Amino acid sequence: MALARYIGRKVAWTLVVFVVALLLNFLLPRLIPGNPVDAIVGQLAQGGGAGGEQLQQIHEQYMKEFGLDKPLWQQFFIYIGNVFQGDLGTSFAQYPASVNTLISQALPWSIAIMLPAILIGWIVGNLLGAVAAFKGGWLDRGAFIASLFLSSVPPFALAIILLFLIAVKGGVLPVGGAYSFGLTPEFSLAFFGDAITYWWLPFWSLVLVYIGGQAVGMRSMAIYELGSDYVNYNRGLGVKEGHTVRYIFRNAMLPQFTGLALSIAALITGGLITELVFSYPGLGSLLFAAIGQNDYPVISAITLLITIAVLIANLAADILTGFIDPRIRAVQSGER
Amino acid sequence: MSLRGLSPRFWVAAVLVAFVILVGLIGPLIVSTSPDATVGGLYDKPRCCGPLILGADNEGQSVISNLVYGTRTSLIIGLLAGLIGTAIGLVVGLVAGYRGGWVDDVLSAIVNVGLAIPVLVIIILVSVSLPQRNLYTLALVIGFTAWFWVARAVRAQSSSIRTREHIDVAKLSGAGFWSILRRDVLPYLLSYVVMACILQISGAILFESTLSMLGLGASNTTSLGTMLYWAIQWGSVRTGAWWAFVPPTFMLTLIVFSLLLLQSSLNEVFNPRLRRGRAARKRAKDEGEELEEVTVEGEDAGPVGSGGFLETPVSAGRGESR
Repeated sequence: MALARYIGRKVAWTLVVFVVALLLNFLLPRLIPGNPVDAIVGQLAQGGGAGGEQLQQIHEQYMKEFGLDKPLWQQFFIYIGNVFQGDLGTSFAQYPASVNTLISQALPWSIAIMLPAILIGWIVGNLLGAVAAFKGGWLDRGAFIASLFLSSVPPFALAIILLFLIAVKGGVLPVGGAYSFGLTPEFSLAFFGDAITYWWLPFWSLVLVYIGGQAVGMRSMAIYELGSDYVNYNRGLGVKEGHTVRYIFRNAMLPQFTGLALSIAALITGGLITELVFSYPGLGSLLFAAIGQNDYPVISAITLLITIAVLIANLAADILTGFIDPRIRAVQSGER
Repeated sequence: MSLRGLSPRFWVAAVLVAFVILVGLIGPLIVSTSPDATVGGLYDKPRCCGPLILGADNEGQSVISNLVYGTRTSLIIGLLAGLIGTAIGLVVGLVAGYRGGWVDDVLSAIVNVGLAIPVLVIIILVSVSLPQRNLYTLALVIGFTAWFWVARAVRAQSSSIRTREHIDVAKLSGAGFWSILRRDVLPYLLSYVVMACILQISGAILFESTLSMLGLGASNTTSLGTMLYWAIQWGSVRTGAWWAFVPPTFMLTLIVFSLLLLQSSLNEVFNPRLRRGRAARKRAKDEGEELEEVTVEGEDAGPVGSGGFLETPVSAGRGESR
């Protein structure tokens, strides 16, 4: 019962944040003085990306799509309506391509490198941190210093160095992109075998950073637990070592769950830039191209998508914590 | 705090930070070449003595000159954004934690929403909407959007100080709201705020470079991020022109790493529990006892991580919750 209330509160909270995020996504571009469509189309004309007639078309299309002749609150509801119907609008730079198409081309690549990197990085990092804390000695020293260094290096810096050393100098793996020239994405073994050679480097440069960050956190948590009173008490009572270790890991694990949720935004940010370094055709590269061309609908669609991903990850971590942590089932008042 | 109590790690960090600051401050005076002047051809190789000691970039500009000016820009942005962010977070956190009640509810709700929405998203949206971007607008944008975790951490601490007795004494003696905050609450948080500020600065520098690499950097100034932007745009990594991308990458890594190291060593100095852990560990070694080997050694560096802001609340809470 308490668990259901806890989950309900978390879901409600996520919805509130989602609405605020929608509001920001909607409002911030409209803070540009004057009509946003005029401003954007003006920038397009300056860039010389589109001809006069095309500009006129884009302009009309957007006035209609955003309903800019209507009052602001009505525009907001139009925007929300479009978003909930899954319609993210039309790209400025690649008119008349819809944003949905562009995103659906890019998103799988981003997921392909980020999701395994986050999961594997989290698991391996936690194992490494826990083992280092438990075993101590040279393993601890070595693992800790390596993790500390990896976790304080900017993610893109590692990506650039790996790309240069392994792909450019070493010539072991391909230099950039996601698949060889001439191939088209399809579900075949040949394509997969080709794409995976391009996948290794961005994956490694992400996963190493994540492992470092998680290992540092898990190590200090486990060390705190190892030195705590209940561990000493258990030892004094002669409780079996393995039994105590179970408690230690359960306690040390919990903050790592919340930690994953809190750091997921940083992980995604790092992933976007890593894609850029490897010219991997995911959301990061799409965002980069969109910023270069002032392609506002694409930018705002990507920021919305990142926000949604982070919110869902947070919610998932919160719900998991609810199942794992017995204290939540006992807690009565809301936490802040 | 006597100087003798400082760990070797502090001195290593201090020397590294001092080196970076020297490069940013004095570098532009020594390297007389303007970062905007064309002194060579496309990706000229490094050659000894002169503006091309680190080669030329894609526009034939001197890399060493861009590097020192870029370091200065990154430091200015980091310092400005870090100070703004810390100041806002400090005030909001102090007021929320000390005042309590509905003020706390409202401020905490705002902070929690702010923490849930990725900072980068807000920064991208604001930067895209700005009619023009320069060094100072970038610093302002980063400073005004990335203060939420400071507020949350400060709030947690100041609300625990609120119930202490010396606050009652101050109230009885007729001290005003702001005076209590400044003289009776703030001193307890000061060491914490200093460490938070260091993290804010390193986070802001990372954000600046991330934004610049995405093409949202300052349009008229060289920064380490814009150097990387051009290096990647012009494929210097692929063509093997290492002098175009290694210096800014190295400098950014050095800045972020040294600031994190400084923060973690200060944490050790300020946080008595960690020091006790060190002593306990030493004692354990003397007695040859296996058990105490595992006491915290101060390496719970707290917020370590390239992610900067977003990974911080975890560890910030970690120190206090026990």
